Amino acid sequence: MAQRGSIVPFAGWRRPRLLGESPLRQAARSIGDRIVRIAEEVVGQDIDARIAGIKTHTNEVGHDPFGFDPETSRYALAVAALLHRRYFRTEVYGIERVPEGRVLIVANHSGQLPVDAVMIGSALMLDADPPRFPRSMVETWTAELPFISTLYPRLGQVVGSPENARRLLRQEESIIVFPEGARGISKTFDQRYQLTEFGLGFVRLALETNTPIVPVAVIGGEEQYPSIADFKPLARLLRMPAFPVMPQVFFGMIAPLPTKYRLYFGEPFRFAGDADDDDAVIEEKVWLVKSTIQSMINRGLRERKGVFV
Amino acid sequence: MSLSKPSARRGREGASPRPSARVPVARGVFGPPLKAPVPAPAPETEAVKPDGSQVEQPRSEPVTGTRARPALDGAVLVTGICGRLGKLLARELHRTDQVVGVDRRPFTDRPKDIIHHEVDMRRKKMKDIFRGRNIRAVVHLGVLHDPRRSDRERHSWNIVAFQKLLDYMSQYEVPKLVVLSGANVYGPQANNPQFLTEDAPLLGAQHFGGMRDLIELDMLAQSFFWKHPDTETVVLRPCHIVGRVHNAASNYLRLERPIMVMGFDPMMQLVHEKDVVRAIQLALQPGVRGIFNIRGPGEMPLSHLVRKVGGKPRVVPAPLAKVALDQLWKLRLSSFPSQELDHLRYVCMVDDSRARTELGYEPVHSIERVLRDVRRLRYQVA
Repeated sequence: MAQRGSIVPFAGWRRPRLLGESPLRQAARSIGDRIVRIAEEVVGQDIDARIAGIKTHTNEVGHDPFGFDPETSRYALAVAALLHRRYFRTEVYGIERVPEGRVLIVANHSGQLPVDAVMIGSALMLDADPPRFPRSMVETWTAELPFISTLYPRLGQVVGSPENARRLLRQEESIIVFPEGARGISKTFDQRYQLTEFGLGFVRLALETNTPIVPVAVIGGEEQYPSIADFKPLARLLRMPAFPVMPQVFFGMIAPLPTKYRLYFGEPFRFAGDADDDDAVIEEKVWLVKSTIQSMINRGLRERKGVFV
Repeated sequence: MSLSKPSARRGREGASPRPSARVPVARGVFGPPLKAPVPAPAPETEAVKPDGSQVEQPRSEPVTGTRARPALDGAVLVTGICGRLGKLLARELHRTDQVVGVDRRPFTDRPKDIIHHEVDMRRKKMKDIFRGRNIRAVVHLGVLHDPRRSDRERHSWNIVAFQKLLDYMSQYEVPKLVVLSGANVYGPQANNPQFLTEDAPLLGAQHFGGMRDLIELDMLAQSFFWKHPDTETVVLRPCHIVGRVHNAASNYLRLERPIMVMGFDPMMQLVHEKDVVRAIQLALQPGVRGIFNIRGPGEMPLSHLVRKVGGKPRVVPAPLAKVALDQLWKLRLSSFPSQELDHLRYVCMVDDSRARTELGYEPVHSIERVLRDVRRLRYQVA
């Protein structure tokens, strides 16, 4: 870098490659900056200010211990903002109900790709005031995938384990949880908007750490990638939770269909009790959350005029 | 040149110290002293500083202690004293304690008041060392990590010798045992929580058989902890120890073009060797027992560390890296077994909150200092 202004031709031409940034990285950065600028213009919000507005808990060397990287995240947020405002034209209801401090955001999962997590995340970043930094708990197997395993931590996503969740909640962060997990996201089209079985872990976690639970209904995710079947042998072969058969992909439509997303944030639940209670006791509380989400979904479905409008 | 990595995973017991590199260690230890040079029974910061309390408490213990043998009157036996870490520890410890060293290797530049026994730990001679002297604590650093040695030799050295050591300890009622295990016993895995606590299962050998010995050693120390409640057993599990030591982590960071696995960039913890020495000193205090994770000055993505230390990462897809490392290993061009690639892919970081609260340990060396010390040896060797 220091050699750039030198008058000697090719003086130290290897140095920038060794110590400075590689040209590839520079190119990526300039493209990223352009995307951020476009997003800011289209969305009308200052992306960098939103990133700067979140509270992070850095360690002694200035890094987030879970690997969150603001540099990468601003590009991701720019893309998410474009998707949120323009592509999916998300409508957000009741985001002010998300309380300050630690919170578990529990939502239904749908749509083959975790676009619903992106939508909830960008709603928290762009619509909530002050912006809330969303952490979501991702499947363990994503940590085994190259690139994804690098990208997710940099965006603040954390491998789903109770220890990680506990640690984050103790830092007063917000966590997005999909208690349906892979069962929910890989539903086939005939099961759209029917909640599958909820895990019990999130309620135990909430009881243990005294965390409010905000139920969220996501409408519009189910229609983005209609899947007609789950090709299980291939899923096993690829070690994926499911291998959905999506007709639109055969017609060349690789991107999700531009459905209209609607997010309904409900009143927070504040449970009290023993985290180590019997499953039966915990299940009641889980059922309460699940039925609330289901009824919010049903209401949202009744209210919407169409899938794309 | 870049392929001829210095051998010995953790050179505490493995390769003999290189003559070129021995000098800077001595200079480094005596040159920039970390703490106030020792003559300090001055109790300024007894709680944190090891010297203060180490000097303070010997006086008080014989009065209050109920043990037949005054606990802090004896010597500290350090096994594997001729490794880098052992030497560092000996130089810190001999200012306040009588230090007895045991190692197969000679300890040539040792301070005069350190008694060194050049003996294999499996020999009968060990018993004489225990018999002849009042030993108040044993620090076990003599773990052979060199992946080039055969499994049988490693096992015999690490486990059989340690079992004998434990036998002597119970026989002669040594009141303190400090074992240096490592965070590697947890093993790097995709489903690890970001920070492993001391209760996490020791799964390090799941993908890397070379870890079995260390895990067994750790387990032996744990069972000793329960079987002999009179002995205060401390197991320290530091994350990657770096500095001037010769171990896999330091050797890796010293490479000009270290390998990184394509698409993976895990968070890493490093701890300075002197911080580990301090942790051992704190563990030697009376009343301390249990397992403690030791963490360094903060975690960083691997790519940042590599770039900060001045290396240029060579990014290789995982299958290719595995095949290449296997071949290089076979040709004795590399000392990194390919199973260790998992360290470059998955997190294996520890939570040191227990060490902070119960041991009073706090890393003092910044990440810049840690990386500078790693780098310095690279240029000296080169």
